[in-house]
Amino acid sequence: MTTAPLDKGTALKELPLGKSGLSHTAVYWIGFCAVMAALIAAPFALPPFWLRFLTEVLIWGLLAMSSDLLIGYTGMISFGHSAFFGLGMYGAAGALLIVSPPNLWLAIVFGLLGAAGAALFVAFFSTRLRDIYFAITTLIFSQIFYVIIFTWTAVTGGENGLIFTRPHFTIPFLVNARFTATTLHWFVLAVVAGSYLILRRVTQSPFGMVLQSIRENEPRTRAIGYAVERYKMVSVMLSGLFAGLAGVLYAVQNEFAAPDFVYFLTSGDTVIFNVLGGIGTLVGPIVGAGFFQLARQLLAQWFGDQFPYLIPLGIVFVAVIIFLPQGILGFARRWLNR
Amino acid sequence: MGTIGTFLHAIPLDLIIIQTVNGIVAGMILALIASGLTLIFGIMDVVNFAHGELFMLGAYMGFVVFVATGSFWLALIGASLIVAILGAALQIVALRPLIGRDPLNTILATFGISLVLQNYALWQFGPVVRKIPEPISAEFTLFYLQYPWYRILITVLSAAIIGGFWLYLKYGRLGVWIRATAQDRVMAQAMGIPVPLVYTGVFAIGAAMAAASGVLFAPMVGVSHTMGLDWVLKAFIVVVVGGMGNFLGSIVAAIFISLLEAYATIWLDPSQAVIVSFVVLILTLLFRPTGLFVATPR
Repeated sequence: MTTAPLDKGTALKELPLGKSGLSHTAVYWIGFCAVMAALIAAPFALPPFWLRFLTEVLIWGLLAMSSDLLIGYTGMISFGHSAFFGLGMYGAAGALLIVSPPNLWLAIVFGLLGAAGAALFVAFFSTRLRDIYFAITTLIFSQIFYVIIFTWTAVTGGENGLIFTRPHFTIPFLVNARFTATTLHWFVLAVVAGSYLILRRVTQSPFGMVLQSIRENEPRTRAIGYAVERYKMVSVMLSGLFAGLAGVLYAVQNEFAAPDFVYFLTSGDTVIFNVLGGIGTLVGPIVGAGFFQLARQLLAQWFGDQFPYLIPLGIVFVAVIIFLPQGILGFARRWLNR
Repeated sequence: MGTIGTFLHAIPLDLIIIQTVNGIVAGMILALIASGLTLIFGIMDVVNFAHGELFMLGAYMGFVVFVATGSFWLALIGASLIVAILGAALQIVALRPLIGRDPLNTILATFGISLVLQNYALWQFGPVVRKIPEPISAEFTLFYLQYPWYRILITVLSAAIIGGFWLYLKYGRLGVWIRATAQDRVMAQAMGIPVPLVYTGVFAIGAAMAAASGVLFAPMVGVSHTMGLDWVLKAFIVVVVGGMGNFLGSIVAAIFISLLEAYATIWLDPSQAVIVSFVVLILTLLFRPTGLFVATPR
């Protein structure tokens, strides 16, 4: 598993970008700022429907990015990210329903605690397993959480889920404002961009290097003297926390928490975003999420809501695995990670 | 003494016997699915995520053939053949290019296939539950229940299919090839065994077994496009508990887990009884990660 999901070899040539007069760092940050500027300006250019769509893509992108830490950097495929996402959602729902007036920051704290609980559980049991065993057990663990949430009607609302009102955006003594579509978009953008920068820093830190070395050669990493299990656990925990954060954002945006999002299909979508966009790039999964959701939206608009969009997208997904295992952004992988 | 007496009295013996029968019936169906899954894994290193979908498609194909011919047995054979051909085609198109890559690729590819198949079934047949009537409607009395003979027949048939397949593995020509490939694929190729053909054959056989269990199971609850995921999850649990790639272990584990779940439904809601098999899985992973029924951990 050198590079990508999943494939040996195919070392990437350096992009010509780095060889233009500017240094890599300068080009990278100019690109980053350009994308950020475009996303900040988006509310002024997009109609409300597409603005909401873009905000949602950013949230899905955060979820996919969190799982990229496992798939792309540690080399473990998680089929259970819906559990973290869902518990973040239900944690936020709990905070918003119990405490009045609903508080945004408390929702985030509760959501992160919920996701951390699930992540601790999964990390403890699953990290002792490798490859496919890890994938299967994460899937089964996410189903455990699904069954609990689905059947514990008294607390979780069962099949109907929970409905609540969106909290205000507050900074104590300074701001207390109702979210508009635009400010919500900015808030989500700030959280996602911040998460990206943190995750990028993590993957470039010595800790991230150990994770990548586990991906490349686990026995050797162990032989060198790293406590592989502990690194894997921290990696799962981190990944789960960011997935939970995505769940909180989704709950705040849509003002409900539903068991559907804890179901396996959400985890499956997360894996698809990663593979389509290019694993091990952090940006790729966001692009993959955008591509997937856009394709889904357009197919629904052209052929009607009942169109089974997963048939063409599933075929594209399998084709990408076979012919383009690096994903859409795979070509820029090395450059983005420098 | 008194408390022990009331405790023993509180155990519903009739319910336990009924649930033992139910558990064995469900266990044999599960064993039929899981043995295909473990076979595909053991030979090809492929975790077939689409196995539940092949099971589901088998049930649908059984329904189609049944409507066309009116015969349950033709439906059973027809569905198995159709899904076997489909399985062979899938293996050639989607899995053959992945041979030699990391096994994680195959779990992703079969996951993609499962999405396509499931949504195809939803698109083609709609969300309505379809029914295949039971081929025999006789019943016998089990305590206060009229228990259908058909369920006993399923158990026997599943056992017969698994047993027949085991004999074929042992004595049949392709069976010997399969075992040789499982032992050492490079050496098998050197000996002139057409390994790619064996792979395709194994996938087709596994698919056919899943389809057969789908048709057998269909009269009990009806056919819907979502039935695949529940069963593939159970089959995954069984395969891990029984020891990945261990044919006999997965059969024992299938019956073991189904019995536990059946007993659990005496006291729990059926949707919560699933948690029992999750607990078994967690305990297995904690204490015997190579599988409960493996004699010598590999």
